[in-house]
Amino acid sequence: MNDMVLPAPLRAADYKSDYKPIWCPGCGDYTVLSSLTKALAIIQRPPHEVAVVSGIGCSSRIPAYTTCYGFHGVHGRSLAAATGLKVARPDLTVVVTGGDGDGYSIGGNHFMHACRRNVDMTYIVMDNHVYGMTKGQASPTTEPDWDNKLSPGGTGIRAFNPLVIALAAGANFVARGFSGDPNGTAAIIAQAIRHPGFSFVEILSPCVTFRPEQKHWKEVVRPAPVAATDDPALAARRLMTDDGFNLGVLHAGSRNPYPTRMGQTATRVADLESEFEL
Amino acid sequence: MAIAGSGGAGVMTAGTLLLDAAARAGLYGLMVRTSGPQIRGGEAAALLRLGPQPVVTLDDGFDLLLAIDWQNLHRFADEIPLSQGSLLVGDVDAGEAPAALLRSGARLHALALKKAAKAAGGAWVNMIALGLAGTLAGVPAAALEAALRASWKRGEESLAPNLAALLQGVEMANGLPGERPPPLLPRADAPAGRWMLSGNEAAGCGALRGGVRFVAAYPITPATELLEWMAPALARVGGTLLQAEDELASVNMIIGASYGGVPSLTATAGPGLALMTEGIGLAVTAEVPIVVVDVMRGGPSTGIPAKSEQSDLSFAVDGLHGDAPRLVLAPNSIADCLTATEWAVQLAEALQAPAIVLSDQFMGQSRAVIDRPPAAAEAAHRLTAPARSAPDAPAYQRYLDTPSGVSPMAVPGTPGNVYTADGLEHTERGIPSSQASDHRKQLDKRLRKLEQHDYGPRWADVEGDADLAIITFGSTTGAVREAVARAAVQGVALRLLSLRLLAPLRTDALDQALQGVRQVLVVEQNHGGQLLRYLRSRFDLPGRASGLHRPGPLPLRPGELCTAFVDWAAAHAPQEITA
Repeated sequence: MNDMVLPAPLRAADYKSDYKPIWCPGCGDYTVLSSLTKALAIIQRPPHEVAVVSGIGCSSRIPAYTTCYGFHGVHGRSLAAATGLKVARPDLTVVVTGGDGDGYSIGGNHFMHACRRNVDMTYIVMDNHVYGMTKGQASPTTEPDWDNKLSPGGTGIRAFNPLVIALAAGANFVARGFSGDPNGTAAIIAQAIRHPGFSFVEILSPCVTFRPEQKHWKEVVRPAPVAATDDPALAARRLMTDDGFNLGVLHAGSRNPYPTRMGQTATRVADLESEFEL
Repeated sequence: MAIAGSGGAGVMTAGTLLLDAAARAGLYGLMVRTSGPQIRGGEAAALLRLGPQPVVTLDDGFDLLLAIDWQNLHRFADEIPLSQGSLLVGDVDAGEAPAALLRSGARLHALALKKAAKAAGGAWVNMIALGLAGTLAGVPAAALEAALRASWKRGEESLAPNLAALLQGVEMANGLPGERPPPLLPRADAPAGRWMLSGNEAAGCGALRGGVRFVAAYPITPATELLEWMAPALARVGGTLLQAEDELASVNMIIGASYGGVPSLTATAGPGLALMTEGIGLAVTAEVPIVVVDVMRGGPSTGIPAKSEQSDLSFAVDGLHGDAPRLVLAPNSIADCLTATEWAVQLAEALQAPAIVLSDQFMGQSRAVIDRPPAAAEAAHRLTAPARSAPDAPAYQRYLDTPSGVSPMAVPGTPGNVYTADGLEHTERGIPSSQASDHRKQLDKRLRKLEQHDYGPRWADVEGDADLAIITFGSTTGAVREAVARAAVQGVALRLLSLRLLAPLRTDALDQALQGVRQVLVVEQNHGGQLLRYLRSRFDLPGRASGLHRPGPLPLRPGELCTAFVDWAAAHAPQEITA
């Protein structure tokens, strides 16, 4: 007689590779990595059916630190690569990871269009308000008066509000997490992956090396005082007045995801060619 | 012949119908489109050449310029060369014909084109033009009528006046003084089965044959029609086309899709190719097969968007940062747009590398009647890694340094082979590495897989065995081939090489193909002699190689090339050795 053996459930550790991250000790991205692997354990999809796609920057190193299929492309284009992958391979779970410079500056145009296109994938931005890999320059979310070598005295430019932009551009799920809250963030990521369409999760992830003052974030973050809304305009109004430290799912909408029709019809190419026949 | 007028006058429709009618009469033909910069309403012309044999180039001059109006037509004086033997037909109420056209000495006939269209019951004036031009070309009226009927998508009641206008145009042509050319007759040995299509459609069709099922692209002249043909075609064969927000996105989208195991392509022109270069470098390093069709136009920068030039060659073969081996192919006719693109997909997939296909506006936006292309070859094949489940299997090595340089590529979803595709230099396992030995090993691997591949005889068309050789590529080949044939009639034998695989350059095969050649002339349509410089940089050309090049948008014409070839051959005649 044959015993039925149920496979053991996948644990967070099953999604974590044995490569040692290049990050500085104390970097917020370590806990984001564990939030991601915990979220994948909640979802329970085998690692080889998940693709983690990234661009360039400290946080964009994440794909190789997982046991999923990884794609570490060029700076700013992770959402484009992930869009092609998901549309061509709708059977995969696609998670995109990166930082604020990668996603909001060099990749800003793709961010906007990924929100409007609403392909079913999850975009996690580890926002530390600084370019860490190039050793401390201002990013789009940096405060205007933050002094640095490239912009002495600060850029003088107001910071970009990624969540409001995402809502205005049509993102179907918008949330904010904090690296210091790995379990809460894992739950948000899992919810984002399950939510149909384009899900955007901004995670405050301090840079202890170039922005040591961000250590105080753990004292100011708090759960958002109101529940998630499916009305993007209401969510945007709330976000325009919040101080950037309200955590949780802020918008969960119901737009239909970008349709993929791959492989659904199969006329032969030779039949198409008849249109050229005289 | 040329049918010209303001945009909206229907000259392209008339030209397309005339080409279709010629095809119905058993003939071959080529229709080239040219237009000014205006979005709508600017000057436009359909340039046609018809004959009993396949036509791959325009002739030196035009027998007929039929102008529905004269608006800005002086701008075509260079593109539509007329002579004393040419006919210039215009509307009697359209004012003076441009002096720039009259200077040619062409005989002017002012006819009541618009009035005749009105009298025919409100028909379109381009139907008068179709009847006129078709008859002057020797295409039977029955074929013109059949072409019009076949294309008609509106009601019967509006067809009748347009048919009447067509026949009115036939009568006008028959009433013109002077000798009629003999009617064009199809050749008796014409093979069965012919196609009519544009180079852009041909390239799209070749891509589908090769197995492309995902396309992401940004609209750009003159590549857009390729994408517009592919969008519904892909949907029918189980693929999809996605309009990207820019070319940075489109190239990265196709890399993502191809990483997912689906053969992928984008099409663009010079400005888009420039934006794509970082992505193409990623495809080199991460070893992701992609195909980029560049329908070349006048450059640099925005250049001349709607007109042809072969000036992206240097950029295609050398325009990436780092040492980045890539495939560059150039179709040399509208028919070859299909087969060369199909081959590009096969090579990209087999070699896990980016392939750039250099088409151009001249082929892309022109329509031709061609013999039915050979049946599709086998779809492209990519070496993939099988699923593995043994717990003690050695770690999957995505970038394994194999003898061929090609290593099995795991498709996401396959158990046991997870890896991270990376634009960072990496080890054989795909782990980022900045060590000299890893860099060297992977550079060697990526070069070797392209260099060692057996490309077979398709790398070039080699014709003749004379000791003087003309080397060319792309759409210029048509005019060069005709010029070589004309030179042969004058007793000047020339060998012709048209390079289809530009990178990696097959230097051994080139050496073989140039055996016994004393001198080489490199012919191309650009300002700087890019092919000549490229060949010199990679290969010791025999003798004192020289170049013959002119920038677009004027095409190189067979007559001027023949004259240049004959002069060049005379200058390099074998010297008699005297004691």
